[in-house]
Amino acid sequence: MTVAVVDSDSTEAPTALARGRGGGGPASKRIVVAYGFWIFILSDMVMFSALFAAYAVLSRNTAGGPTGAQLFNLHNVFIETICLLLSSFTCGLGALSAERRQPTLFLLFAACTFALGVAFLSIECTEFAGMVAKGAGPSRSAFLSAFFTLVATHGVHVTSGLIALVYLTAQVMAFGLRPAVLRRLLCWSLFWHALDIVWVGVFTLVYLMGDYH
Amino acid sequence: MDDPEHVFDDRTPGVEEREPAASYLSYTVGLGLAILTTIASFVVSQTNLLWEPGIPVGLIVLAFAQIGIHLVFFLHLGSGPDSTNNILALAFGVLIVFLIITGSVWIIANLQSNMTPMSMR
Repeated sequence: MTVAVVDSDSTEAPTALARGRGGGGPASKRIVVAYGFWIFILSDMVMFSALFAAYAVLSRNTAGGPTGAQLFNLHNVFIETICLLLSSFTCGLGALSAERRQPTLFLLFAACTFALGVAFLSIECTEFAGMVAKGAGPSRSAFLSAFFTLVATHGVHVTSGLIALVYLTAQVMAFGLRPAVLRRLLCWSLFWHALDIVWVGVFTLVYLMGDYH
Repeated sequence: MDDPEHVFDDRTPGVEEREPAASYLSYTVGLGLAILTTIASFVVSQTNLLWEPGIPVGLIVLAFAQIGIHLVFFLHLGSGPDSTNNILALAFGVLIVFLIITGSVWIIANLQSNMTPMSMR
């Protein structure tokens, strides 16, 4: 992590520099791991940006089929949004209690996060099933292809996040909150917060802009 | 950097290095602000609160505000010297995302306006 500015003519004492930038040796493993995961998250954002761009370009090409305004139920979308937001909140509190070595509290928050994530996914699956039943499946129009690709990719991320949460919770129960497990939990919470950020883009661009007054 | 005793350390996104009580507070404040911006987005899109052609702009502004709230209160990205690496990586990511989205929309809109109208084919 020798990324940041180190001025070779600097007269500052080495202690004024960050560790990993010349002061006090290399950065700790936890910092390096989370930084690497942060880079992965940013590359995931780049992938999502391509799907967002495809949706923005294709959203008016309905090929005579149903438009977003006819299909979307904003009431459900609002509940989905609140579910994901609350699960991000409980995930943060869970990570905090793990840091403080409070396993019971961690398990409680992990259960809340899981339940809210499942609620989000079940609303989304019901919405997809309803659309397909109405004949508005992904093969109906370019708009619907782009819609299903973007929203389902986010849904797949949420699903894999939930599977990883079960796996991590099992690790916490089996091994306790030891440093390696804590690093995985830190990465997982970064992933979960990032999914909530992607969802902000989805509900704004897809649902609200597709169906405003 | 006035205090020579203080060792700056790289910080990692997602972790806040302050008092434990302040962390709970930070998550709660973040949740409150995020819920407020979410409600504002839905209200703006469903009412005539904003001048109609301005609604998409209003929604985009609210989305950016909410993303900023998530970054600061949930991912704890700050402006301190300890977050420099994380902020630099984020800035590069934002640049690429911006290029892909605006570039695609721009190019395709240009192509669209140069297409032969259906009636003239």
